[in-house]
Amino acid sequence: MSTPVIRVENLGKRYRVGQRERYFALRDVISRVFTAPFRRQKRDYLWALSDVSFDVSQGSVVGLIGRNGSGKTTLLKLLSRITRPTAGFAEIHGRVGSLLEVGTGFHPELTGRENIYLSGAVLGMKKSEINRRFDEIVAFSEVERFLDTALKHFSTGMQMRLAFAVAAHLEPEILLVDEVLAVGDLDFQKKCLGKMKEVSSSGRTILFVSHQMNQIRRLCKRAIWLDGGSMQQDGSAKEIVNAYEAKALKTNREELERMPGSITFGSWYIRESRSNRLDLETQSGRLTVRFEAFAKQDIRKGMLVIILRSSENVVLWSGMYADLQIRPGPWKFDLAFESLPLNPGIYSWETRFYDGHAWLEHLQSPELSIVSETDADIFSYLKGSLNLAVDFDLLDQTDCEVERL
Amino acid sequence: MSTGALPEINSTSKPFVLRITPPSGWCEAPFKELWAYRELLYFIVWRDIKIRYKQTAIGAAWAIIQPFLTMLVFTLFFGKLAHVPSEGMPYPIFYYSALLPWMYFATSLQNATNTIVENQRVITKVYFPRIALPLAAVFGSLVDFGISFLMFIALVLYYGIRPASSIFLFPVFLLLALGTSLGVGLWLSALNAIYRDVRYVVPFLVQFWMFASPVAYPSSLVPEKWRWLYGINPMAGVIEGFRWSLVGRGDPPGRMVFVSAVVVVLILAGGIAFFQRMETTVADVV
Repeated sequence: MSTPVIRVENLGKRYRVGQRERYFALRDVISRVFTAPFRRQKRDYLWALSDVSFDVSQGSVVGLIGRNGSGKTTLLKLLSRITRPTAGFAEIHGRVGSLLEVGTGFHPELTGRENIYLSGAVLGMKKSEINRRFDEIVAFSEVERFLDTALKHFSTGMQMRLAFAVAAHLEPEILLVDEVLAVGDLDFQKKCLGKMKEVSSSGRTILFVSHQMNQIRRLCKRAIWLDGGSMQQDGSAKEIVNAYEAKALKTNREELERMPGSITFGSWYIRESRSNRLDLETQSGRLTVRFEAFAKQDIRKGMLVIILRSSENVVLWSGMYADLQIRPGPWKFDLAFESLPLNPGIYSWETRFYDGHAWLEHLQSPELSIVSETDADIFSYLKGSLNLAVDFDLLDQTDCEVERL
Repeated sequence: MSTGALPEINSTSKPFVLRITPPSGWCEAPFKELWAYRELLYFIVWRDIKIRYKQTAIGAAWAIIQPFLTMLVFTLFFGKLAHVPSEGMPYPIFYYSALLPWMYFATSLQNATNTIVENQRVITKVYFPRIALPLAAVFGSLVDFGISFLMFIALVLYYGIRPASSIFLFPVFLLLALGTSLGVGLWLSALNAIYRDVRYVVPFLVQFWMFASPVAYPSSLVPEKWRWLYGINPMAGVIEGFRWSLVGRGDPPGRMVFVSAVVVVLILAGGIAFFQRMETTVADVV
């Protein structure tokens, strides 16, 4: 165990409710001054993060997991000094680079070349460093031909590539990364993950937020699970991710009742494996996908549409089920598939429900991840989404002529 | 896919330890950190200038057209018609030498006020000393100043004015102009980050301030006894300093400039302190 490069001790961040991401108009302040004596002095505070303590040793890759609003991003913002803590402290030994967004500092009017320098500088690179790695950055981004075109003429994908190329060539001793790998096509994600592995193997420390549990499994040895702003669990990535996924499977009934809409969807899982992932080695053939929902009203003629999307948001399949009679209470919808012929990758379920008055749309989380140990690293975008069983035959001329007759 | 190997980290040398703590009661001086981020400061200035001139049709020419037209109007109305005294200088020189620092001050304020809000995306995503933003706005305006200064040189040549030895004090007054712009700019940018109304106040403030400064008239209109008091408006000291050092006519504005310099130091120190206090919360508020 080497010395800790990040030491976090009882770190906490408090926001005043409603104040976050809000500025004031002078008028508000003036009106507050006048109404203050007549109002009860009641201030609502929200601890976005409280009492978080942990050490990270040099060279380790630590995954941060938790639901939205659990404080992951706040923690990264505190460690990267974007905002200051309310309580506790953190100690960091070394140069910190933070990557909370791809394309930080990009400006649409500037050219690709200019943006490389600008974004690099904003992310903390020295000009000499950028000069030295310029060619590598350009090669990584695959946008050589457009270097002197204004960024606003780039496609979104190209902008992402360029942005990540700059970010991937940061050389801080400690790298804080927030969910930025979720963008871009799968092939490019692979490239980025590879880059991150390379970075960590050179002795750099990475703190990494992701909702994609596969990435955490692949990249991290250790994971920290945050829930409601405090530490839930800290330990080996495999154990923590399993525990997290197991909990995500259990629908929180109170939460479902609190959400708006006549019917609310909770979680989904594959019944056979009780998980959100499908391992191609251990599982094949028939499987049942179960969606949990809670109806708050009587629904006479409901209609349910379930959509399966690829990570590029392409609709791969959808099913429509009409004339559903639903009484208030918990419900389960089962979809039994003969097989789910998909290649390894990240997919997502979306449910849309028409209750007779309005459409309720719900993007199911977490994603469906299809994994395979045998070819985890070699699939490319050319492989596509469908994993169909196909027999291939090579025929010579004589065979064909026989057939023609 | 594998690119050049990253240099290994030497784990034995740990010179740099960063402590992240809740903001303490008062501010920390930003100078050391600003020095570490000097390259970023340069890049922000470079970006701002590049964008400003990319989006305008005649680009840099604006930096000359604005003060030149203003000078013409002032010369005609205040000079030829109202016969405002001009310390024995030709009216165009008299007005242009005052408009030089004045336009610089006005542009700096406008750019500095909006800079925190305009850069809010970057501010909420990455750390750097925020004071670099208003600083870059004030430095960036120096480019416009330099361009309009070319026009002044042309005017001086046209009127055949030979610079006196007072020209050697010009850098002092330029520094004073920079300090005034930065000091007021820091206050306005910090205030605008918290209260968006400030941005609407600035054009009015600039106009108001111009009438309170000796741009259209000489400070000699103020009675001798009270003239040092006029220096409380730091732009009064700056403008009279510019006129005297560049043209070399009249008496050196000694006491007034001294008062202005003291006021600038106060505004600047207060501005830095106020800005640093605002900085600890800005990412939560913008």
